[in-house]
Amino acid sequence: MGEHRVIIVGAGPAGVRAAQAVVRAGLRPIVIDEASRAGGQIYRRPPENFKRDHEALYGTEAARARAIHEDFAALLPHIDYRPETLVWNVAEGHVWAAHEGETQAIPYNALIVCSGASDRVAPIKGWQAAGCYSLGGAQIALKAQGCAIGHRVIFLGSGPLLYLAAAQYVKAGAEVAAVLDTSPFWLRVKAAPKLAAMPELLWQGVKLLRDLKRAGVPVLTGVTPVEIEGDPQNGVSGVTVRHKGAVRHFAGDAVAMGWHVKPEAQIADLARATFAFDPATRQWLPQTDADGRAGNALYLGGDGARVLGARSAEVTGELAAMAALADLGLTVDADRRRWLLAEKANYATFAKGLAQAFPWPHELVAAIPDDAIVCRCEAVTAAALRASVSTAHAQEANRAKAFSRVGMGRCQGRYCGHASAEIIAAARAVSLEKTGRLRGQAPVKPIPVSLKRNDI
Amino acid sequence: MTARFRRLVETDRPPVSLTIDGVSVTALLGDTLMVAMLTNGDALRTSEFAASEPAAPEPSDGRRAGFCLMGACQDCWVWTASGARLRACSTPVQNGMTISTRQPEATWANIA
Repeated sequence: MGEHRVIIVGAGPAGVRAAQAVVRAGLRPIVIDEASRAGGQIYRRPPENFKRDHEALYGTEAARARAIHEDFAALLPHIDYRPETLVWNVAEGHVWAAHEGETQAIPYNALIVCSGASDRVAPIKGWQAAGCYSLGGAQIALKAQGCAIGHRVIFLGSGPLLYLAAAQYVKAGAEVAAVLDTSPFWLRVKAAPKLAAMPELLWQGVKLLRDLKRAGVPVLTGVTPVEIEGDPQNGVSGVTVRHKGAVRHFAGDAVAMGWHVKPEAQIADLARATFAFDPATRQWLPQTDADGRAGNALYLGGDGARVLGARSAEVTGELAAMAALADLGLTVDADRRRWLLAEKANYATFAKGLAQAFPWPHELVAAIPDDAIVCRCEAVTAAALRASVSTAHAQEANRAKAFSRVGMGRCQGRYCGHASAEIIAAARAVSLEKTGRLRGQAPVKPIPVSLKRNDI
Repeated sequence: MTARFRRLVETDRPPVSLTIDGVSVTALLGDTLMVAMLTNGDALRTSEFAASEPAAPEPSDGRRAGFCLMGACQDCWVWTASGARLRACSTPVQNGMTISTRQPEATWANIA
């Protein structure tokens, strides 16, 4: 494999394109992926004995999905592919990977992290009830398993995935009770010039809304969620929102909730990426140069660096790999790089439009009632989190986490971290940036203590 | 028991049998353990935490059925008969599996 060891984490659209660029340069990268089949989440593949074709599974993105899957299959003889393998730490130039009860510390000269994204979730009173799922989770149930998350599903949140997943459910024959968007419609109109950077994607969004309305699904914009009803034994029974001054109730046994996605940046964090606060999306993001360099032989591509979508992930994954190759002293195609950078700029403009049209509902989160649960892992309420600020005088997120345990449960802050920061900021009456950032901790996901070390 | 998930497509797959809390059920080859369990029931486990504030009379804040389906939230932990923990959303179901929705009793050294 030569003297350069390149490790790529993730085999979604960014990781696949990164691997392709590294192989093209004559190197044999190690590609580590937690899933059993390559494709990532958007181009996630069902088990091998499922029969739906790419058109049925991926709709307008079928050709892209097929290209990712086929191109990765063609790479297999040229890469060291490690599926079902969890990267749980990065330290001192080594990636710590776990697979089937064993763990290995693998040294690298370049680490390209394409770790993807997970749902950004706002806690709504009652969201701990069985039957509440992340929007991405609801889509995975259908795409990878052919199931709906319930018999009557309510979609709650904001962003393009809200409409896409709801429309996919309708098309597959599921009953969709309502699509409840916290963003007011006029924001979409205002963001139209930026969204026009990707006219095809804008048009797709318009068609999704039309399909839902034709199917008779109530689509409400500018809603204020009040409560997800249900009981501890039986789970979800409905959702209540305020809309145009009226209280509206929708009965259902499942809720798919999400407000865009956010980078899974834990591995980048452990690999010592620098983070900066992004006021537009109200979150901390790992910093890179335009190509994806994050310093210390670390390169970031795809939505794991910044959420620009699956199409852009192919661009930024390849760019990150080209940056790594250039830094290793290999020649890269300057024209190709320029073209990729221009593409990335278009996706970035479109993403700004999406953030403007479908904002994270931070005022709603900050005003969540005291008895609502913020941490669904350990059932910690907003009152307990606020008390860590008012009574225990926590000044920032990590301290409040230590006092309240919000961010310390099994999801390790993935689904409460952003909300927790908003609640702390409001309780202290300071800017969100001043509440700081939850530090990443190894292991990034729970691992068994019985892992056996097996280094190469 | 009521099924939480509803199968919409891809239903012509061979059946597999498993046991959940001592009850024998049927799922389909290719199901995740989560789908196998939630097409035969409405929850995966019971939360081991009670709501922190205000003081909750219940010992648990309720039953859980997973959340993210992508291996990120860890809400879908279930246990094998031998006590191994499985993430139901990313574990393929296998014929003859024996699953418990309650964590088998841990044995701690008595140092009192």
